Amino acid sequence: MLRFIAGRLVLLFVTLLAASVVVFSISEFSPGSVARKSLGPYASQEQVESLTKRLKADDPLPLRYVRWLGVLAGVIDDPLQDPATGLDFHDPRGSRYFGNLGYSTLYKMPVNDVIWDRLGNTAILAGLAFAFIIPLSMIFGVLSGMREGSKTDRTLSTLSIVLTSIPEFASSVFLVTLFVILLPLLPGTSPLTESGQWSMASQLILPVAVLVIYDFGYVARMIRISMVEVMEKPYIRTAILKGLSPRRVIMRHALRNAMIAPFTVLLLQVNFLVSGVVVTELVFAYPGFGRMLLEASLFGDITLIEAATLITVTVAVVTQLLGDIGYMLLNPQVRID
Amino acid sequence: MSVEVQPAVAVNPLQPSSRRLFRRVLRSPTALTGLFLVAFWVVLAVLAPILPILPPNDQDMIAMGNPYPSAQHLLGTDVLGRDILSRLIFGARTVLQVAPLAVAVAMIVGIAIGLLAGYFGGWVDMLIGRLSDIVLAFPVIVLYVVLISNVGPSVFNIVVATTVASAPGIGRIVRGLVLVLKHQGYVDAAKMRGESTLHIMFVEILPNCRGPLIVDACLRLGYTIITIGILGFLGLGLPPPTPDWGGMVRETTTVINIWPHMSLIPSGAIVSLVLGFNLLADGIGEGNKQR
Amino acid sequence: MTARPVLSIRNLQVEFRSGEARTLVVPEVSLDIMPGESYGLVGESGCGKTTTALAVMGYLGKGGRIASGNIFLEDEDLVKASPEHLRSVRGRRIGMVYQEPASTLNPTMTIGRQLLEVPIYHLGMSKAEARKLVLATLEDVRMPDPASIMQRYPHQISGGQQQRIVIAMALLARPALILLDEPTAGLDVTVEAVVLDLIMSLRKKYGTSLLFISHNLAQVAKVCDRVGVMYSGVIVEEAPVAELFGKSRHPYTQGLIACVPDVRAGKQHRTLMPIPGRIPLPSERPGGCFFGPRCMHAVKGLCDVSAVPLVQLADSVHAVRCLRAEEGVAPPAAVTGGELKVAPVLGEGLSVTGLSKIYDAPQGGKLVANDDLDIAAARGEILSIVGESGCGKSTFARIIAGLDTPSRGRISFGGRLLAEAGRKGRKAAAQRTVQMVFQNPDGTLNPSHSVGWPIRRVLAKFGLARSAVDVERRTRELFEIVRLPVELATRRPSELSGGQKQRVAIARAFASNPELVVADEPVSALDVSVQAAVVTLLLDIQRHNATTMVFISHDLALVRHIADRVAVMYLGKVMEQGTVEEIFSPPHHPYTEALLSAVSVTEAHQGGIRLTGDTPSPVNLPKGCRFASRCPRKLGPICDSEAPPVQAASPTHEIACHIPLEQLRNPPPLAARPGSAE
Repeated sequence: MLRFIAGRLVLLFVTLLAASVVVFSISEFSPGSVARKSLGPYASQEQVESLTKRLKADDPLPLRYVRWLGVLAGVIDDPLQDPATGLDFHDPRGSRYFGNLGYSTLYKMPVNDVIWDRLGNTAILAGLAFAFIIPLSMIFGVLSGMREGSKTDRTLSTLSIVLTSIPEFASSVFLVTLFVILLPLLPGTSPLTESGQWSMASQLILPVAVLVIYDFGYVARMIRISMVEVMEKPYIRTAILKGLSPRRVIMRHALRNAMIAPFTVLLLQVNFLVSGVVVTELVFAYPGFGRMLLEASLFGDITLIEAATLITVTVAVVTQLLGDIGYMLLNPQVRID
Repeated sequence: MSVEVQPAVAVNPLQPSSRRLFRRVLRSPTALTGLFLVAFWVVLAVLAPILPILPPNDQDMIAMGNPYPSAQHLLGTDVLGRDILSRLIFGARTVLQVAPLAVAVAMIVGIAIGLLAGYFGGWVDMLIGRLSDIVLAFPVIVLYVVLISNVGPSVFNIVVATTVASAPGIGRIVRGLVLVLKHQGYVDAAKMRGESTLHIMFVEILPNCRGPLIVDACLRLGYTIITIGILGFLGLGLPPPTPDWGGMVRETTTVINIWPHMSLIPSGAIVSLVLGFNLLADGIGEGNKQR
Repeated sequence: MTARPVLSIRNLQVEFRSGEARTLVVPEVSLDIMPGESYGLVGESGCGKTTTALAVMGYLGKGGRIASGNIFLEDEDLVKASPEHLRSVRGRRIGMVYQEPASTLNPTMTIGRQLLEVPIYHLGMSKAEARKLVLATLEDVRMPDPASIMQRYPHQISGGQQQRIVIAMALLARPALILLDEPTAGLDVTVEAVVLDLIMSLRKKYGTSLLFISHNLAQVAKVCDRVGVMYSGVIVEEAPVAELFGKSRHPYTQGLIACVPDVRAGKQHRTLMPIPGRIPLPSERPGGCFFGPRCMHAVKGLCDVSAVPLVQLADSVHAVRCLRAEEGVAPPAAVTGGELKVAPVLGEGLSVTGLSKIYDAPQGGKLVANDDLDIAAARGEILSIVGESGCGKSTFARIIAGLDTPSRGRISFGGRLLAEAGRKGRKAAAQRTVQMVFQNPDGTLNPSHSVGWPIRRVLAKFGLARSAVDVERRTRELFEIVRLPVELATRRPSELSGGQKQRVAIARAFASNPELVVADEPVSALDVSVQAAVVTLLLDIQRHNATTMVFISHDLALVRHIADRVAVMYLGKVMEQGTVEEIFSPPHHPYTEALLSAVSVTEAHQGGIRLTGDTPSPVNLPKGCRFASRCPRKLGPICDSEAPPVQAASPTHEIACHIPLEQLRNPPPLAARPGSAE
């Protein structure tokens, strides 16, 4: 078990490195330079060139990547914070410390000041959505998979398919039209500030609903497939022919077996929710992690993109690990030692 | 693969089963509904240039004042006075070209790595498995956003992004099937008559992966259409003025309070097409199971 | 018969619906089971025996329903029972034991929890009381260390133990009746014998009635008092067990008995009589007698006119569904002697020397699948490898066939080297001479290609046909040889029955005119009547072409019937080898002795040699004799510490055992043996 977890941590490290290299290389294609973006459109070409030199932004890619790693590890100074750049970038934590994610050229703030608040906001959104997705998908999946082909099954399955076919931006449009325009019950934006008539809670309803609608049908279908499969297993017949009540058969004999396969899928939704909230956050002007990532990408704020990538990959690998551990706990036939 | 000519082996292994697949689709109401939805958009997209509709990028200044549906603009116009119906149909043309292309390329790559990993096992499998783990750990949307925002939106880039994101998943499906199929008697029989490895992979094993792969392809088509829609919505879609459903929603959400139909119609269109592919996948999947 | 039956099935009809289509799977079944009686229901797959049992349980699954008839349990009709009432019957008054115990138990619940459920739910016991009962019942089914077994999960115990758990589960509520649906399917013969003994002794102890469902006539003969033979959804004959096997009256029963090989008789003495044709699907049952089209006694205008009733014969214990039963139709005559003599020895054939196959076990350690095998067969002979699952016989087959390479040793055929350790691959010419028939008929043909396709590929790859016309002609020939209509060549495998698929597989194997054919359990998945036909065909072709054959099997009776030479394997080692007569007569290796005892038909219900425990894992084997841990005649520590010497009982007969040949020749009386059944 410990070896397994250690192996996964190594994988995490490798994945983080790979992902950061890939993102760094992709940003090469980005039009416009860091210096131009930092100085704004009205700066002269000379200013841009001199800043580029001071930032060492025209060094070859590997060198810049290693420098970025050095800044992250806290072994070298962040060139952006060098007063000589004249950008007045200043991180109160200092310019050399472990975990220095650099300075965001977009927000003109240290990345560490930008990213964690955003991540926290997204965590609220994702956590709420997840709290609805688990029970809803389980109820849908189990009820429909319990008796394959029954009326309940067909109704719930069709509903699940329809709901998973609605992209978040489309369901946002539908929900906003319905609850904001036709019946003005809810706010159309969720800036998470206590201003005006809308409470914090009411600001969360629509974004959470959009996420739940798009995601839970997919999970429900996974659970249904697994449930159908389990219900055809001989041991379920054994349980029925023992004389157990249908309820007991489902709850005691089917449920745990039926959750083994979809468990990983369920946990992967955490992954989806943390980064896949881009659209929802954009629609509702929600100050979250996804929208930040989009803005950083469009602006070409490489330090912020790198930081966001590291976080999403960490979340992804950790959920994968949790999924595997949960899988092992649910399934006594798998023991890794 | 062996190159000798064998006239006796003229039987196309795919034919009768494709017919069976088609019959299966016709028997399932779910698949039939899906097929209808997909066919509806495919027909419109194919016929777009000859349909009596307005050019998708023509601006009707008069209609801008009253963009609601009218005799001239059956579904109304957008904020720039462009005919929504026409943009919808030409948008279908875009998405129905890009999505299948992207899925096809992803399928080819995915099948190749799945066959390699499953058939050879050992370190090949290990290597492919680890690489897939890394790619799968990388959140897809982040990948798309980072990639497209940096390299710029183009059909090629969308295809590359879809392939990178989907091929590992397809590879896993194929690998799982190959692990079972390679132990079948007919594979051993093929080895015993000295067939080449390529023959065994592509002629003996791959055709039997067809069922699950068709279902997966349908699901991926739906998902890729959503992705293309999202990219359009985020402003990362194909450059304007190419009509693009996601982009149509994006351009009109600011006026949703006044003219909701401008956003509602393209949203509905994308839902109907994705639903079509999902229903088709579901119906075929049920059919596979019954076999 | 004055007592009231425990179970009485009257005119039961079961149908399955799928969409608009209705299939009458069971057109009519009536039977009675008396208190304490063991009733056997035999028939081939698809004859409706399992459906009948599930109908008794009121559980027919999707689309199935009882169309008409009654099922009386004591005196209440279960057909009319409410779901709630049915639940109080299931597991309480009727217990059930299933085939494939591994899948019958819930993999994520401990065995204890699964067992405790029954008394807690049905008998309203407290946890402590229930635990006591479960522990007592586990003792009854002779589980070692019941308390610790309760903590374990099903996958942590062996197949034989799993089946004992299922039997215990059925027994817990002390039901009046237990339904056993092929309870030994998937178990090794030595384990099967132990499970059957257990069932018999428990039945005596508790006086439970049994409905014993099986396709295996020998098993039914051992376990049952009265037998019903089912064919295509109806009982065609019913009689007390001795009467049925001694004086069977229905041609189907007679045919069934005639097509099962007898472990007592070799191929010189008796040949198998296959029943022609195949079982009709419910949708294609003929008018009149369902067996009519396959029956050698059928009379046109009599047997095919109207439904044939089940008629009680004059002796009142024997009922037959045959219009000609009173005439006393004769069973097929046994063919003897003549051309069925031992195959002539045509010079040097297969020679295997020092063959070993060692894998790295996934858990670490070495898995020795084959260990230093020296086996030979003359050209034109049939060499049989017998043994239970995990003995390495399939690995051996694959290495001979060239699908795997040996870790040590060499294989030659007719003086030419076929394979040697460290050499990969075979030349096309060598490959052509060695072909294989595989075990599973469903996997043997590629579902994506036509049935004739692989045969044409063989002809093309080995350059055996020069033109398309040539290919067609040869394909036609091969189909004729395996007695299949050549039209089938264009069909998909899914349109063929299991027997037909195996025939195609045989045609494919013989397409390249091989000199050596490896057949790995080629008929084990087929129904007995089909099995006989396929075996007969295989033997005919082998004899005609003077092909050398390696025939892998776990079925001793079949081996006795077809083999010239036999090697008995256990955990990768040859325990004993010799000519077929030598293997089936003393001196025996103790393991061979146990195998023979397990399948013996003549043996009384109990008292045979039974092996305790299960085959140990082939990973990291002990130094001594592999069989020592289960050997009923173990001498002492020497068996564990030293590899047994190979003793030559005759120039062709070798036994690897520490026990002196003299003692092996004169086995001690059964009762004196420590390993015999309790």
